[in-house]
Amino acid sequence: MSVQLKRTALRLIVAASAVAAMVLPARAQQGLDEPFQGPFKAALAGKTVAYLPVAMNFDLTEGWFAGVKRELEPFGMKVIVRDPNWSTSAGAQALTTLISEKPSVIIVHNPDVQTYAKLLQRAEKEGIFIIQINMGSVYRSSAFVGANWIEVGERATEAVVKACEGKSGKIAVMQGALSAATSAYTLKGVEDVLAKHPNIKVVSSQAADWDAAKAKAITQTVLKQNPDLCGIVGFWDGMDIGTAAAVKEAGLTGKVFVATSGGGERKGACELVKSGAFDLNLSYDVPTQAADMAAMIKWLLSSGVKPGQVKGSIYTTLIPITKENADSQTACWNLSDLKK
Amino acid sequence: MALSRVSQQGIVLGIFAVMFVAFVVFLPGFFTTANMLTLLQNVSVLGILGLAMAIVVIGRGIDISLIAVLAVPPGLVLQMVQDGSSLPAALSVALLLAVAFGVFNGWLIAYAEVPALFTTLASGLFLAGFGQAALFSLDVVQWSPGMQGFEWLGQGRLLGVPLPIIVFALACLLVAFLLRSTRPGAYIYAVGDNPNTARVTGIPTRPIIVLQYVLAALIGCFAGLVMASSVNSMPTRIFNSTMIYDVILVVVLGGIGLSGGRGGVLNVVIGTLLIGTMLNGMTIMDVSYSGQNLVKGVVLLIAVIADSFVNPRNEETAQQGDI
Repeated sequence: MSVQLKRTALRLIVAASAVAAMVLPARAQQGLDEPFQGPFKAALAGKTVAYLPVAMNFDLTEGWFAGVKRELEPFGMKVIVRDPNWSTSAGAQALTTLISEKPSVIIVHNPDVQTYAKLLQRAEKEGIFIIQINMGSVYRSSAFVGANWIEVGERATEAVVKACEGKSGKIAVMQGALSAATSAYTLKGVEDVLAKHPNIKVVSSQAADWDAAKAKAITQTVLKQNPDLCGIVGFWDGMDIGTAAAVKEAGLTGKVFVATSGGGERKGACELVKSGAFDLNLSYDVPTQAADMAAMIKWLLSSGVKPGQVKGSIYTTLIPITKENADSQTACWNLSDLKK
Repeated sequence: MALSRVSQQGIVLGIFAVMFVAFVVFLPGFFTTANMLTLLQNVSVLGILGLAMAIVVIGRGIDISLIAVLAVPPGLVLQMVQDGSSLPAALSVALLLAVAFGVFNGWLIAYAEVPALFTTLASGLFLAGFGQAALFSLDVVQWSPGMQGFEWLGQGRLLGVPLPIIVFALACLLVAFLLRSTRPGAYIYAVGDNPNTARVTGIPTRPIIVLQYVLAALIGCFAGLVMASSVNSMPTRIFNSTMIYDVILVVVLGGIGLSGGRGGVLNVVIGTLLIGTMLNGMTIMDVSYSGQNLVKGVVLLIAVIADSFVNPRNEETAQQGDI
C-alpha cells in the first residue's frame, strides 16, 4: 500500500465517522422533545372563542369568522358566533349572556364606542379575554386588531388632494352613518389633511347611511351642481359602489377621483378598481386581520397572563388597491377560498 | 265654504309648489334640466314602490313586506347569475318567487283573514330572513359579468332622459290604466271603499285582494331590479332600513287615505315629487343628515296638521278602519 493510498483511506474513515457521529446519536435518542408545544396545545385545546360581530352576512364579518375558525379549530378550539343582526341592544344582550357562559375569549366588533364598554370591562374582570376588531370601544381590552380610521381618512384624502392638483380643487365627502364612530374617526382624518390644503374646497359632506342608493342620489346631485368636481372621499366601498355609479353615469369616470376603503374582498374591491369605478380602495385586508386575531388568541392563552393584565393594539397595515395591483392574486381575497 | 274643499292632495301640492318656487328663486343650479332629471331619477324607485303601495292601500290593505320583495327576488337574480345561471333563467325564477310571495300574502289576508299589517310584517321578515339564510352568501350581492347589458335599466338614457324616470312614467300609466279603466281596477276601489257592500253586490272580493298583493309584489320586484341595475349591486340589507316608511309617506302624503277606496296614481306622483324636491334641494344646500330629517319631519307635520284643520274628522267623515 502506498502512502498515498493509506492517506486516502484514513481520510475516508475520518469522514465516515464524522457523518456517523452526526446521524447516529439522533437516531439512538428517538427524537428530541420540544418542551413548549405541549403546554401550548393544552392551553388551547377545548377552549371556546365567542365571536360577536354587529351582523353576519357581509364580507368583513364573514371573512373574520372564516379566518379565525381556520386558524384555531385545528388546535381543538371551538369558535361560536352570536349574530345580533345590526341591533345594538340584541348585541348587548348576547354579550351579557356570553359573559355568563364564560368562554375563554370573546371577539367583539363594537357597534359604537360606548354601548359595550362597561360589559367588556366586566368580562375581562371575570377572566375572559376580549379581542376587539376594527371598531374599538372606549375601554381598551387585552387586544385591539383593526384599521386606524384616522389614517384611512388621511390617506384617502391625500390621494384625492393629489389628484386635484391643477384642477378645480372641489371635492365631496361621502360619510357613513352619523352615529358610527368609524365614520367620525375617518372624518377627523379627512379634516386633518384638508386643514393643510386650504385651496381644496369641500362642496358637499353628507352622510349616506352606508347605503349605496343614497350615496348615488347625493353624488348625482352634487355632480350636477359641480361638474368640475375633481375627487370624492368615500368611507366604505359597499356604499361607494353607488357613488361610483353616479360618477360613471355622469360620464366622469377617470375625471373624478374616487377614493374609498373596505375589507378588500375581490368583488367589492379589486374588480371595482379594475373596472375604473374606484381609483383607490384602501383595504384593511380581512384575512390578515383574522390571522392577527388568531395569533393574539394563541399568544394570550399560552402566555399565562390574566385578562386585563396586558393591553395592546395591532393596527392593520393598509393595502392601497389601485389599477397597478388590482390584477394581482394577493391584493384581494375571496370569501369562498377563505371558507375552504 | 271653499276652504273645506281643499283636500290633503291640494295641501301637499301647495307645499310642493311653495317649496319648488322658493328653491327656483333662491337656489342657483336647482332649476336646470339636468338637475330636474336628477331629482326625478333619484325618487323614481321610491315612486314605483309608491304605486305598489297605492294599489294595496286603495284596496284597504297595507303591504309592509314591500321592501323584502324589493330586495330578495332581484338579489336572487344577481346571485344566480353570479353562480353561473343565465339571466333569463334567473329572472324567471325571481318573478316566480315574487308571484308566489304575493299569492301567499294575498291568501293569508283574503282567505285566512289575518290582518294585512301583521301578515305582511311577518311575511316580509320571513322572506328577508329566507334570503339571508338560504339564498345569498353576502348582504350586498354584487353585479357580475353575466349581467352585462342589464344595467341599462337603471343607468341608461332614452332621448336624454334617464331610464328610471321613463320606467316610473310607464309604471304610472300602467297602474292608472289598471285602476281607472279596467274591471279589476274598479273592483279594487269597491273593495277598498266597503268590502261588505262589494261582496253583496257580487264582486269576487277575495280574489281581488289576492290580486292586489300579487301586483304589489311584482311591482316591488320590478322596482328592485331598477334599483339594483342603478347601483350595480343589490344591498339586501335595505330591508332593515326605514325605506318602507318613506313609501307609506309618499302614499299618505300624496293623499291616499289609509282607510281605502280613495286616491290614485296622481297622489303618488305628487307625494313622490314633494319628497324628491325636498331631498334634492337640501342636498344642494349641503344640509346635514340630521338637519334633513328635521326638515322632513316638520314638512310632514305641517301637511298632516293642515289636513286635520281643513278636513276635521268626525263620526261622519271617519271611515271604519281609519288609522
